[in-house]
Amino acid sequence: MSEAATALSFAPGPVTMETEPVLHLSMQQALNRALDEILADHPKTVIFGEDCGRLGGVFRITDGLQAKHGEERVFDTPLAESAILGMSVGLAMAGFHPIPEVQFDGFAYPAINQIVCQIARMNYRSRGTLPMPITLRVPSFGGIRAPEHHGESLEALFAHVPGLKVVSPSTPHDAYHLLKYAATRPDPVIFMEPKSRYWQKGPVVVSTATPGQAMLDAGMDDGGSLTGARVAREGRHLTLVAWGAMVARCLQVAELAAEDGIDVEVVDLRWLKPIDAEALARSVGKTRRAVVVHEAPLTSGLGAEVAQLITQHCFQTLKAPVERVTGFDVPYPSGDLEDEYIPNIDRILFGIQRVLEYRRG
Amino acid sequence: MTTKPVLAAVDEDAAPLTHEQLRELYSLMASVRRLDSAAVAWQRQGIIPGYAPQLGQEAAQVGSGYAVDRTRDFVFPTYREMGVARAMGLDMVGYMSTHKATWHGGMYNPLESRFAPIQAVVAGSVLHAVGWAHGQTLSGKPDGERGVAMTYFGDGASSQGDVHEAMNFAAVMKAPVVFFIQNNGWAISVPTERQVAGGSVAARAAGYGIPSLQVDGNDVVAVHEATRSAFAHCRAGNGPVVIEAMTYRRGPHSTADDPGRYRTLEEERLSAGEDPLERFKQRLLSEGVADTAFFARAQQQAQDEEEAVRTGIEALGPRPGAEMFSLVFQEPTPTLQSQATAWRKESEHV
Repeated sequence: MSEAATALSFAPGPVTMETEPVLHLSMQQALNRALDEILADHPKTVIFGEDCGRLGGVFRITDGLQAKHGEERVFDTPLAESAILGMSVGLAMAGFHPIPEVQFDGFAYPAINQIVCQIARMNYRSRGTLPMPITLRVPSFGGIRAPEHHGESLEALFAHVPGLKVVSPSTPHDAYHLLKYAATRPDPVIFMEPKSRYWQKGPVVVSTATPGQAMLDAGMDDGGSLTGARVAREGRHLTLVAWGAMVARCLQVAELAAEDGIDVEVVDLRWLKPIDAEALARSVGKTRRAVVVHEAPLTSGLGAEVAQLITQHCFQTLKAPVERVTGFDVPYPSGDLEDEYIPNIDRILFGIQRVLEYRRG
Repeated sequence: MTTKPVLAAVDEDAAPLTHEQLRELYSLMASVRRLDSAAVAWQRQGIIPGYAPQLGQEAAQVGSGYAVDRTRDFVFPTYREMGVARAMGLDMVGYMSTHKATWHGGMYNPLESRFAPIQAVVAGSVLHAVGWAHGQTLSGKPDGERGVAMTYFGDGASSQGDVHEAMNFAAVMKAPVVFFIQNNGWAISVPTERQVAGGSVAARAAGYGIPSLQVDGNDVVAVHEATRSAFAHCRAGNGPVVIEAMTYRRGPHSTADDPGRYRTLEEERLSAGEDPLERFKQRLLSEGVADTAFFARAQQQAQDEEEAVRTGIEALGPRPGAEMFSLVFQEPTPTLQSQATAWRKESEHV
């Protein structure tokens, strides 16, 4: 591991925390390190996409990997998303574990037939004889003043497709462990990276042991498992449910609410399919109030699914209907209007207020 | 009609087909013709809900499928490659089960058969062939042991953008892929001239720097030799080949189609040309490769085979409903498992 860090020459020296090394990495560095280790540990893994090789990807997530692991393991493809994903199917059929990259979320649309009709269904169509161990990395969501089609939130679309699993990390630590986990599973996973969080640093507990246990041992609670949600902040009065870049914003909101004596719990969903319904029930069963926050448009967004799961599990104890604070039913706006579109601190606080002030009858 | 191959490595050392092989090719075509006609009848009798006949394409399908080495190659079919499946020795009850509506992809094992699950999205699997073939390049196996991917599609599918992407990727990566186009004149109701600009699909290959062969798709020997040469070219590490087999869809698109709405019987008679089976039969007779007794035996074998497949198909019951849930993932999600539990509880079938 330290050898990998040296080779890629960006990771600061490990700080020992009990027996597990804790690094201070950005999400970009954490993802890069995860991919480096996946390539080293799993010889059938191949990484490819537009500009993934020599350039290291437009977000540098694959930086240095081609030089280290060779042009056969990490390669550039021509510029065609459908072919990148269609080729992943064939490679998986030949026994490889592809980790393709779609350069930006909006460019997943040209590949939708291969994702929905092929990747998601091949295991089923072939009666389990042709599994699709494909992890599709999609730099996702807004917040970086990007051109059109470079800031989409596609989680509801992907989560609706039978045969796909969907995950989105919110911290460098989760990014590292969730990617390593997803890339070694036998089913296709859409890995949505919150691009506005690529450059913020955080502690990453690096371990080859079971990551959940390593976290607990290191005194960091990730729920003990990589398959479920994570309580990012404990609270008593209300639960904010979020994923991706909205988790950090909800944590900010929780600090501000605390100044008014409101104790907010923040649940980082992490897995958007399957959704950890038990974690939602545990949290809202305690707080009795919930607000779901996402960047995607409101109508038929994943917030509706979350609200229904909470209602189903906590109907008796809920003090108010579940609120949704989301993007609007409009095409993703240009950078100048981005802050009006993405749920901001004020809008989330208003959502909290509506729930707290709700009175029956 | 066969154009001169512009292949870097042709299979010049390959011996011409023996008389035994020629007779085997005919027997396969006879089996395919019989099974294909029978499947249309089964649909009319209510044994299967639908079928996409390949009548008239026996030479293109058997001739190409016969060139596949099942120890290392892999074929990516659409939904009209019954003749290829038969030539490759597939379990035909397993193949036909897709038309019985037992399971979309068919009940045969694609890995053991070297024949991907039946694909209903036109051009959907062309890119899969490129990925699989690139996997051969990455496999580290020596040249001789690497497989070749052969992907089938038609003149209609050639309009799909995925075909362009696949040919370009394959050429850039020098992937060992044989793009096998059956140009059967019709994409349901739309004729080739209103489908394919530039006159042929094979002509497009030049734009990618891919060698192409346009072959008389109703001449089984010509098809076989072209395919064999293409495989040799791929195996030698020279990258992909395009083969366009010119043939004719003598039947409807499917058992739900009515060709009378878009072509007359007279047009069919004029365009279809000579029946590929009859043509091959006359050749074998005139060259003394087979006698009338052989053809009688081939006919009898085809009939016996058809009856066995029909018996197998009729015996196929519906799959257990639990498979709807259990085959979605390798590792099913808790949500899906609870849906399966609820279904089981509320269903009368289990």
